[in-house]
This record gives sequence, structure tokens and C-alpha cells, in this order.
Amino acid sequence: MIVGSNLEKVINSGNFAVTGELGPPKSADIETLKHHAEEMRHYVDAYNITDNQTAIVRTSSIACGAVLVQMGLEPIIQITVRDRNRVCIQSDVLGASALGIKNVLCLSGDHQQFGNEPGAKGVYDIDSMQLIKGLKDMRDDGVFMGGEELEAPVSYYLGAVENPFADPFEYRVDRLEKKVNAGVSFIQTQCIFDLERFKKWMELVRERGLHKKVAILGGVTPIKSLGAARYMKNNVSGITIPDEVIDRIKGAEKKKEEGLKIAIETIEQLKEIEGVAGAHVMAIAWEEKVPEIVERAGLYPRPNV
Amino acid sequence: MIVGERKPFEQIEEIVDSNSKILVLGCGTCVTVCLAGGQKEAEELAASLRIKCKKDNKQAEVDALTIERQCEYEFVDQVKSRLDEYEIIISLACGVGVQTITERYPSLLVMPGLNTKFMGYPLEQGVWSERCLGCGDCVLHLTRGICPVTRCAKSILNGPCGGSAEGKCELSPEIDCAWHLIHERLSNLGRLKELETIQPPKDWSSSHHGGPRTIVREDVRLDSGE
Ligand code: SF4
Repeated sequence: MIVGSNLEKVINSGNFAVTGELGPPKSADIETLKHHAEEMRHYVDAYNITDNQTAIVRTSSIACGAVLVQMGLEPIIQITVRDRNRVCIQSDVLGASALGIKNVLCLSGDHQQFGNEPGAKGVYDIDSMQLIKGLKDMRDDGVFMGGEELEAPVSYYLGAVENPFADPFEYRVDRLEKKVNAGVSFIQTQCIFDLERFKKWMELVRERGLHKKVAILGGVTPIKSLGAARYMKNNVSGITIPDEVIDRIKGAEKKKEEGLKIAIETIEQLKEIEGVAGAHVMAIAWEEKVPEIVERAGLYPRPNV
Repeated sequence: MIVGERKPFEQIEEIVDSNSKILVLGCGTCVTVCLAGGQKEAEELAASLRIKCKKDNKQAEVDALTIERQCEYEFVDQVKSRLDEYEIIISLACGVGVQTITERYPSLLVMPGLNTKFMGYPLEQGVWSERCLGCGDCVLHLTRGICPVTRCAKSILNGPCGGSAEGKCELSPEIDCAWHLIHERLSNLGRLKELETIQPPKDWSSSHHGGPRTIVREDVRLDSGE
């Protein structure tokens, strides 16, 4: 056990883990976020809190994470390398730990040109791989990235993302391995709509035995409407949605129900794939459906570990 | 080479302001090659300014002159007396040229007529592309000749990120993903294994983040006393 977060315990217990996702608002009023967190209570093991997702200015992930801790819930704070240099990132991670946050997810972050401050200077002092390695060394060796020693130990459960749908495909597994070597304990994948490609990727993952070294949580997003599916397909970087999925929504009478069904089926399939340790449910702007998805996918109640 | 692009005419007009003795000063090196600030462009800009002044009924004298290099005292000194004749000099050199003349002759008013863009090369006639950021600690040996610091929008050293699709950067289908190119190159060379190494954080102090850089070479200094 590294830090003993609930997520870590569920994963270590061999149960199929479930994480949810919360996006902070473009204001300091986080009542809605708290409301969604409350709705998902008992249905997810931990909550991802996005870090200025798609480069849009929002309340900080650490601040929202601290509020969740106060509510007795468990956040996974996302940290991107887009907006902060190594000085700030390390300081923020220490701060997060001081606030009781136990899970950290390392990402590159969407480029600032996608957001509402396209003229911002992108920081990119370090990349996501260096972030993982740096935070691991801080935790395991007690040294900052620059080599100086910490005054006291710090601990957190480290995760990262991987996108099995990005290119070059063959390299995606190498990159996962690199992240494992850099020090991550869990991986959340980009939303899975193309299950065949995901299965192919998992095969390669198993060939190298990586599923035994890192817990892979498959990303699942329920599609709310045909428009949402098309939008994701065309505008969200790193997401691929096969035409069959779009057609299925198009042909369905009750589109929302069809979207939920696809998500639930995906989770059910994920449970069957050897080496998949859980699901990460990203129901952005549809958070209230998470309990239903989790329940219908046979993942409720959550284990008490 | 240094690639520049002429500032919009309206902005140059604003910069010229009410000055009536104007020199457009071209530079014969990089910006000539990239067709932004050489003799031809200097003459064209001077002609445009003349026409505009006439249209506005403004008395002004606009000349054009091009020197070999604005970024070396040697060339600037040769035309000092000419430069003295003007109230304002619109330099079509890169930012280095503008500052070289300003530092050499603080009494002259030298203003930029060019936006200095990047270090790069022409991919084809009329298309220039950036290739070097001048980070001060070259990594091209690691990637066999493709610069991730410059060509990856996130300057990733352990790429590619999750946004790379079909060889293109998440920023735009017009931009090649640098890491896709690097992967392809190393794969062709049978050197993919090299990508397994986690490249440590870059020391940016050798780049601009360490403040303006200066190189001192005692071996070639004239006043080194040896
Ligand atoms: S897509 Fe490629 S070039 Fe663009 S930011 Fe990601 S790694 Fe860099």
C-alpha cells in the first residue's frame, strides 16, 4: 500500500474500480459540483477533478478537491503541465497533500489554443512523463525534481492517462510502458467507443504484462444526443467514435436511453477483458446519470475496503 | 535563417506618425532571402508611404536604402551620415537589426517595420516553416534530426501526447505531429528502443528563460590580452 487512498484499496483488493469525473465551474460557486459529488456518493470510489479542462479557466482542481475531502469524499486531482512550471507543480502537489488529497493524475493537458485564453503563454516546462517521474521521486526518494531533499515525506497515489485511440497506434503501448516505468500505479484511458481497437490495445498490453504492473481503468462516456456524439467526434482532440456508434444513436427512438445503454454495455465488456481493472465514467453535463449507469452495469454497491 | 513578415501597412503608418523625413531601411541578409525586408521590399514600402502621404496631403520625404546587414556595426557605420538625415528610420531587418542601430546610435529613431517570426527555412517558394527555437541545448541527436522543442506545440521530450492523430498535431490538421515524425524516423532507422529512455526535464536556463544570452569566446576576442 502506498498512501491508502480508497481508490488504491479498491484496486488492490481486486475489485473492479469505478471512478467518476467532476468538472469545476467557470465561477467560484461550486454548489453544483458539490451536488453532483453528492449524487455519486457510494457509486464511485473516487472523483477525478479536471484541471482547467480544454484550457478553459475554471475553479482550481485542488480547491475543489479540498472541498470534496471536507465532504468525506475522495478526489483524484488532475495536474496538467500546460499552466504551471515545475516550481508551481511541486508546490501545488505538496499543498494538495496537505489538504488531504491522496490521488494525483498527471496529464499534458489540452493545448491553450483550444480554450478561452488562446493568447496565453503555454508553460510546458516539463512533459507528462517527467511529471510522473518527478512526483514519484518526490514521494519515493524524498527529492524534488531539482535534486534537493524534501523536509518531510509526502505521499500520494499516482495515475496518468493514456489514449489507445491516438496515433501512432503501435507506439501507444510503448508509451504506456514508459509511464509505468516512470512510476504510475493507475491509468485512466480516453473514452472508449471503439471497443475493437481498445481490445487490440489491451492484447498488446497483456503481451508485455503491463496489466500486472498498472491498474487500467477504461474511460466510458455516455452519449447524450446525436449532436453530442458528432461534436465529440469532430471537436474533441483524441476521441474517435466509429460510425456504427453514431448510427446506433441516430437510429434509436429514445436517444438518451440508447446512449446510456452503449455506456453500460461498454462497461460490461470492459469487465470481461483480462487486465482491465475498472471503469472511469465521464458523464460531463450528465453527472446525474452516473448512479444509474453504475447500478445497471452491476457495479453497485461499491466495495467497502 | 531568420524569417520575418512585414507589419501591416496601417501599423507602419501609425509608427511613422507625423514624421516627415522617413527612411525605409532594408537588410540584405535573412529578410532579403525570405522576401520580407530586402531592397525590393524597402522600395515598395517607401513608394506606398509616399503615395499615402500624397493622398493625405502630407508633406513628406520618403527614401529607401538597403545595407548588407543591420546586425553588425561594421555595415551600419558605413551609412551613418545618411541615417542622420532622417527623423525616423523604419527598419525592415529583424529585431536584432533595429536594436543594433539603436544601441550604436541612440540619437536615431529606429522603428520596426517587420515582425520577426522565427528561425526556419522555406519548404517551397512562398512557404516558410519554423525549425529552431534556439533553446541553447540542442537535442537533435536524440531524435535524429527532428526538433520536438520547436515542432511539438507542447515541446514534449517524451512524446507524443494523446492528441496526436493520423500524423497530425491536435492543434491543427495542417501541423505535422513532431513526435509522429520522430517515431517514424527512429522506426525506419531501427532505433525505436531509444525512445524507451525517459528524457529528464530540460534545463531551460540555457534558453531565454535564463535572461538574454551572451556568448564570450576568449579565444577570438580582440581585447583578451593574449
Ligand atoms: S500532437 Fe504531437 S506535436 Fe502536437 S502537441 Fe501532441 S505530441 Fe506535440
